[in-house]
Amino acid sequence: MDNLLSIVTFLPALAAVILLVFLRGDDEAANRNAKWLSLIATSATFLISLFILAQFDPQNTGFQMVEQGEWLLGLQYKMGVDGISVLFVMLTTFMMPLVIAASWDVNTRVKEYMIAFLILETLMLGVFMALDLVLFYLFFEAGLIPMFLIIGIWGGKNRIYASFKFFLYTFLGSVLMLVAMVGMFSDAGTTDIEQLLVHQFGSETFSVLGVQIVGGLQTLLFLAFFASFAVKMPMWPVHTWLPDAHVQAPTAGSVVLAAILLKMGGYGFLRFSLPMFPVGADVLTPLVLWMSAIAIVYTSLVALVQEDMKKLIAYSSVAHMGYVTMGIFAANQQGVDGAIFQMISHGFISGALFLCVGVIYDRMHTRDIDAYGGLVNRMPAYALIFMLFTMANVGLPGTSGFVGEFLTLMGIFQVNTWVAAVATSGVILSAAYALWLYRRVVMGDLIKESLKTITDMSRRERAIFAPLVIATILFGVYPAPILDTIGPSVEALVTNYQTAVAAADTATQFAVNH
Amino acid sequence: MLSADLGIILPEIILAIYAMVALLGAVYTVKDGAASLLVWATSGLFLALAVWIGLTGAGTNIAFNGMFVDDGFARFAKIVILVSAAAVLLMSEAYMTRRGLLRFEYPLLIALAVVGMMMMVSAGDLMALYMGLELQSLALYVVASLRRDSLKSTEAGLKYFVLGALSSGLLLYGASLVYGYSGTTLFSGIIQTAVHGDLSLGLLFGLVFLISGLAFKVSAVPFHMWTPDVYEGSPTPVTAFFATAPKVAAMALFARVMHDAFGAAVSDWSQVIALLSVLSMFLGAIAAIGQTDIKRLMAFSSIAHMGYALMGLAAGTAFGVQAMLIYMAIYVTMNVGTFAFILSMHRDGQPVSNIASLNMYSKREPGKALAMLVLLFSLAGVPPLVGFFGKLYVLRAAYDAGLAWLAIAGVIASVIGAFYYLRIVFYMYFGEERDDALDSSASPVLWGMLMASALIMVVGVVNLFGIEGAAAAAAATLVN
Repeated sequence: MDNLLSIVTFLPALAAVILLVFLRGDDEAANRNAKWLSLIATSATFLISLFILAQFDPQNTGFQMVEQGEWLLGLQYKMGVDGISVLFVMLTTFMMPLVIAASWDVNTRVKEYMIAFLILETLMLGVFMALDLVLFYLFFEAGLIPMFLIIGIWGGKNRIYASFKFFLYTFLGSVLMLVAMVGMFSDAGTTDIEQLLVHQFGSETFSVLGVQIVGGLQTLLFLAFFASFAVKMPMWPVHTWLPDAHVQAPTAGSVVLAAILLKMGGYGFLRFSLPMFPVGADVLTPLVLWMSAIAIVYTSLVALVQEDMKKLIAYSSVAHMGYVTMGIFAANQQGVDGAIFQMISHGFISGALFLCVGVIYDRMHTRDIDAYGGLVNRMPAYALIFMLFTMANVGLPGTSGFVGEFLTLMGIFQVNTWVAAVATSGVILSAAYALWLYRRVVMGDLIKESLKTITDMSRRERAIFAPLVIATILFGVYPAPILDTIGPSVEALVTNYQTAVAAADTATQFAVNH
Repeated sequence: MLSADLGIILPEIILAIYAMVALLGAVYTVKDGAASLLVWATSGLFLALAVWIGLTGAGTNIAFNGMFVDDGFARFAKIVILVSAAAVLLMSEAYMTRRGLLRFEYPLLIALAVVGMMMMVSAGDLMALYMGLELQSLALYVVASLRRDSLKSTEAGLKYFVLGALSSGLLLYGASLVYGYSGTTLFSGIIQTAVHGDLSLGLLFGLVFLISGLAFKVSAVPFHMWTPDVYEGSPTPVTAFFATAPKVAAMALFARVMHDAFGAAVSDWSQVIALLSVLSMFLGAIAAIGQTDIKRLMAFSSIAHMGYALMGLAAGTAFGVQAMLIYMAIYVTMNVGTFAFILSMHRDGQPVSNIASLNMYSKREPGKALAMLVLLFSLAGVPPLVGFFGKLYVLRAAYDAGLAWLAIAGVIASVIGAFYYLRIVFYMYFGEERDDALDSSASPVLWGMLMASALIMVVGVVNLFGIEGAAAAAAATLVN
């Protein structure tokens, strides 16, 4: 199959079109059909995407299964995967059936809801596969539309504010990237990512309006991309849209946001910022590292005082993304390996945690931590699953959360001991907020009158959690499948980066000496 | 010689004769009884001419000693003008009939305005330019005040007329200065006087006045004041017309004057246009935020869009002109769809233009709401819709011409602008259910235009229906 990647990408969109055109009516039967069709489409996408994994050769560090076609303006329709992107593709196709299954109780405007999620899946997959700058931007940015609608239509009380904030914040971040892309197009004469990866962007220092720009064009391009990815990530201090968006989004929206959309920022750093602008990245690395360290400690502290469960998990997500950026900009094998691992594992864990909140929210319709307590008495299965993911979130050895955190810390320790020391204190803080949340919600006596009739998880809910539990424990105990897949590509990335930085250093030395 | 000249200008002659004969014929016979028929006949003629120009036009033909130029650029603009005018005319029939506004003069005035526009885009001389411009403007002043018994409509017409006359004065003054300092009104002669890229002070003043007059016609800031009032006051079909064909004509004329007459002094006018562009983008984006009337909102939206189109022009390159042409073609398509939607907004037979009346529109009319959603995101320039590609082209043109600051300003303005488009989406999809819902019926023509336009916004991502190549060829004939 020559166009396997396109099939996987556009299958969900095809299902969305079928829903849009052929599904009529708003009754029970139509809703059920919409749900089943979506579940089948996303499951089929996952199954077909397994072929990608089967065909993928980890030892080959270039792009594989490449598809290429002419497009307008000298752009190209070019798709492909390498060791860095293939697992994000798998993460997306793996999570989407679970997300659809978790939305089974939605009963307002089901058809539109499913269409939005299916379109969103196509766009997310496109982001990870696109090998053309503008094609990437197209998928990256278009995802805002369905997410805006998901938050705005099916969200909570304050959804209007959250959806507008989400859209405008991320839009502002990415339009600067668009200008940078136009600039790269001008400079390199192509938008083909494969060629841009080997193109040398200018790194001679020049001054703009009297300000000396060390690293020249590369620094400016890096900053423009950084504006977009840092918002998407999100990094402190531009993370404030995330708690709002998470709290107001429906459960499934939160899961997609945490598990997949946040990974686009990290993926962008690995695909563009490090390999294309090594000198610019090198100049700004200290800034990024300290921003990450502050994010880890600050957002962990903020998480401690949250009253709202989703908000707490949202802040914990920001903290965990801090490890990711830290690992990426450590720019060594352990750091980058750890960052990718952390992103994948955070996809499972934070997705599962939001689902956990969704389970009790569906029953009690509140996310206030104070409204709960002693759930273990009536919901033993829930208590067990919630505990597993709380521990994974803390980074307990034996869960996948530990591997990523440990590798990133190891990577950063070789580069900057102080940042490593600050970041490690975040591990303790994360234990504090996560365990305290668990204690307040699940442990203790069941004294609240309203909780006396709460029921444990249904069979459907258990089925949704099962794959996540397996993945979290499996990759915690045996991380090799992931690390082996990404290893060679990461090694190539790190080597190229270090070479480029060293070459630039030599050039500067040379210029100084002569 | 004369017959060759007439052959080149034949489409304009046919349209002009048709308008005059139909006018006389209708006056002496059935009068308003023929109005519906004339609307269809005029639209049909527009489309036929568009097809004819598209199929038979070739090369660059010059008529009347250079006063009239028929080149690829003019043909591209003419086709866009004719097709969009036909679309808007068809959309207006049902609306105007229902409100007793459909007089037989309406389609004929539009036809005369279109003759003026075709003259404008083909002008090779300052006199021809002015002739085309005034023919177009006079016809438009009348249709703006078509609803004689409405205070707002007559006010719109009068305001448009007074301000339009002022801008024509500016333009004429500029033209006289240019003539005085170059000794000719022919563009091909004017360009000779600035052959080393240096304009004499008098020419520079003439250029600035010309730009002011043209900026009024494209409603670029700071010459935009008339736009919101005229858009709001005019009957909606007329507003739809204002927002489409005349904008294309004025923008094409702008490009023609700048490149054909002052192409040797790009650096002199490029900075002026860049300033107009950045002001228009920001004012259009910011002023639209507070609007509650969708027609006023579209007025500011069109000001902002003209800012983006001017960005392409400011680049002063062939690619810039190409980007501008593509931008205008996309802009017109989006506006036809959007105005088809606005025309279908009515309650108890009365037109409604309040945005809040769209509350929860998506619940009652999912299909139309979705089409409008697509158009709004396209207007905001969000990928993957076609509106994004229009922006991409002009950004690229500006960046390549060394106007990176303009490109950055443009994308920031587009974020501000996104807010008010989202606000309409908010009413349609997130709002509260209310009792005073809009009526759901819409004429098949409006429904078809809305859906077609939305579909183009989605499907166009594949190859923009090939207009890229056509626009490139058109731009190449203008800039060389």
